[in-house]
Amino acid sequence: MPTDILMPALSPTMEEGTISKWLVGEGDSVKAGDVIAEIETDKATMEMEAVDEGTLARILVPAGTENVKVNTPIATLTGEGETVPQRTNGGGTKAPPKRDDKPTPAPQQAAPAPQPAKVAADPDIPPGTEYVTITVREALREAMAEEMRRDDTVFLMGEEVAQYQGAYKISQGLLEEFGDRRVIDTPITEQGFAGLGVGAAFGGLRPIVEFMTFNFAMQAIDQIINSAGKTLYMSGGQMGCPIVFRGPNGAAARVAAQHSQNYASWYAHVPGLKVIAPYFASDAKGLLKAAIRDPNPVIFLENEICYGRSFPVPKLEDHVLPIGKARVVREGRHVTLVSFSITMGITLEAADALAGEGIEAEVIDLRTLRPLDTETVIESMKKTNRIVTIEEGWPVCGIASEIAAVVTEQAFDFLDAPPMRVTGKDVPMPYAANLEKLALPALDEVIAAAKAVCYR
Amino acid sequence: MAKSAKDESAKAPTGKAAPEDLLGFYERMLLIRRFEERAGQLYGMGLIGGFCHLYIGQEAVVVGMQAAIEQGDQVITAYRDHGHMLSCGMDPRGVMAELTGRIGGYSKGKGGSMHMFSREKDFFGGHGIVGAQVPIGTGLAFSNRYRENGRVCLTYFGDGAANQGQVYESFNMASLWKLPVVYVIENNQYAMGTAIARSSSETHLHRRGVSFNIPGEEVDGMDVETVLDAGRGAVAHAREGKGPIILEMMTYRYRGHSMSDPAKYRTREEVQDIREKRDPIDHLREKLIARKIATEADFKALDKKIKEQVARAVEFAQESPEPPAEELWRDVYRA
Ligand SMILES: Cc1ncc(C[n+]2csc(CCOP(=O)(O)OP(=O)(O)O)c2C)c(N)n1
Ligand SMILES: [Mg+2]
Repeated sequence: MPTDILMPALSPTMEEGTISKWLVGEGDSVKAGDVIAEIETDKATMEMEAVDEGTLARILVPAGTENVKVNTPIATLTGEGETVPQRTNGGGTKAPPKRDDKPTPAPQQAAPAPQPAKVAADPDIPPGTEYVTITVREALREAMAEEMRRDDTVFLMGEEVAQYQGAYKISQGLLEEFGDRRVIDTPITEQGFAGLGVGAAFGGLRPIVEFMTFNFAMQAIDQIINSAGKTLYMSGGQMGCPIVFRGPNGAAARVAAQHSQNYASWYAHVPGLKVIAPYFASDAKGLLKAAIRDPNPVIFLENEICYGRSFPVPKLEDHVLPIGKARVVREGRHVTLVSFSITMGITLEAADALAGEGIEAEVIDLRTLRPLDTETVIESMKKTNRIVTIEEGWPVCGIASEIAAVVTEQAFDFLDAPPMRVTGKDVPMPYAANLEKLALPALDEVIAAAKAVCYR
Repeated sequence: MAKSAKDESAKAPTGKAAPEDLLGFYERMLLIRRFEERAGQLYGMGLIGGFCHLYIGQEAVVVGMQAAIEQGDQVITAYRDHGHMLSCGMDPRGVMAELTGRIGGYSKGKGGSMHMFSREKDFFGGHGIVGAQVPIGTGLAFSNRYRENGRVCLTYFGDGAANQGQVYESFNMASLWKLPVVYVIENNQYAMGTAIARSSSETHLHRRGVSFNIPGEEVDGMDVETVLDAGRGAVAHAREGKGPIILEMMTYRYRGHSMSDPAKYRTREEVQDIREKRDPIDHLREKLIARKIATEADFKALDKKIKEQVARAVEFAQESPEPPAEELWRDVYRA
């Protein structure tokens, strides 16, 4: 029986991809393990191997086709002595066939990041500035490249950052531009290279230390907190430690408990560290540049799922944003929704949905978690008298808990309802798809919490 | 099950594999290979998610080492663990169902590819943090010595993991306290995209124990007989109370680091060359034919048997339901 070769999922986060090249033609025989095509995923160009033996009877999706959904039939393989039944699509072999058992989804545009109806302009960006749309990944890369061009003491170090071009391709091209003096592949030895980075900072350099993910920074957390975070104080102000520790934080997709942890509140707890967790590409760029220039140790928390999302970034010679300032990204008068990083997505969606029901939500993106811009939060809450904080991390001692404490202490009289939290569930991250979904904060939970504080 | 240290060491076999065992090794290696190939396919179909690290190419290491230990000895490794679990005698259906995230999986679908365990088979995981299993394996060996149960712990780790500091902290304690642990370094030449010479000042990893007085040996990890031979010697050493020992298994992974690795750090020719010249399964098959232990008909029958076994695992893994929502909250604490 002829078998369909399906568009494979080639990474944990891949939903669709581009068939860049077919390496075999119709009529060619293939063995299991032969590379038959090159496929561009969300992260890289991958080789696709045949899993069965047979003759490649038809190519159903031609090279160059973009946005081919995972599991779409892309070719047909026949076994020994088999022929492909004639398709009735006019003899053409290029169009994906119609199948009655499983309809083929038509290739369509990649889903853009959930965009609010209106995102307020950043007051720190001069009015009239032109914008270009780039991914968060590109924004981070531009920030590092610009700072490395500006200052020779800035260098990047981490696992797979140089020759492999970054496990998540953030540092793509940097080795080529800056050479191996400044873009350095380390062994897998997090405590070692984090501590080495601290020493290099004491020695007058400005290290950017990339953790492949922040889950692995737990190996190095002693150096981050005890050495980077406290030395200025312990030395009576003599020893600064200008260093950036950056990498993806929080849950990716289906990578289970040891690889899906959110460290926002862990680092935000520590005096001596600054902690940044951007959502939008403009903030990723402007704040990473600020972090690299900052004379203090900065924890820069990125998010793997957001790397591929596109947002407008100002076209400025030197786009640097102030650390420690939250941003009102949507104005409203009935309830304040506070969030940061990936959960900004569902928060903005919730604001849209609530607007449809007559609730005007004001949405605040914290951007920096330490120092926390409580002023912006309280000012908004004084106007709306209701507040919900949304975060991916665990509820106990979280950022949302801190916000609730601060508004209660400092503006109790303005509250018309108890502050609420929407957080990740208080369990390690499960692997199973259905449980993982339940473990993460969800859109309907945000909407429900917002309504609850509005008594609706 | 627990025997005294004396009984165990008196009975501990040493030396080469018996001819009748070799066909069994072939079968186990083939099971791992076919299982992994199917897992790769299910990943491509979206039935397995997240990270999935395939063991294809390294089969002789776990199959040979497993034959060198006895029931009750422990095994612990990192995330490239499917082969270790199948070698330990864990049910392929339960392993595959864990990969698909179903209730019939070894961790009820909550652990996934990297995190499976079996108390019954003395398999202690299944760990995702590079190097973290090394002190844990050393601790299992500590419990063996403490309880004087005569057991040995096989602690596996990769060439990349060999650079983690906690490996050396473990070496020191294991040697200081003469713990019954065999460190099996699976040197497959790469840690993700980093070839060993780019990450390691001493690339002969069996020498890494020198400053801790731990003996080490380099072993051809593509030849199951050689692995077994070295394994028996090392296990006897540990069981006799002489302390830890390192076996550096020279091996190779054919597939990418995990499913999303474009593998641009090595050439296809390099991989193809090893597949053609050093494949552990082909290699054993030739030996079995040359030594007249098995015939083509035997191999055909085995192929069919394994194919069916893997098909049953896949079927189970697709039919087993997703874990119920209550599972989200279970197992955080033990009552
Ligand atoms: C502490 C830590 N750092 C980084 C990673 C990411 N990572 C996973 S596997 C791996 C490479 C390990 O290579 P090796 O030890 O040689 O084992 P192999 O994958 O070759 O079996 C890396 C860097 C991790 N899981 N844990
Ligand atoms: Mg390796």
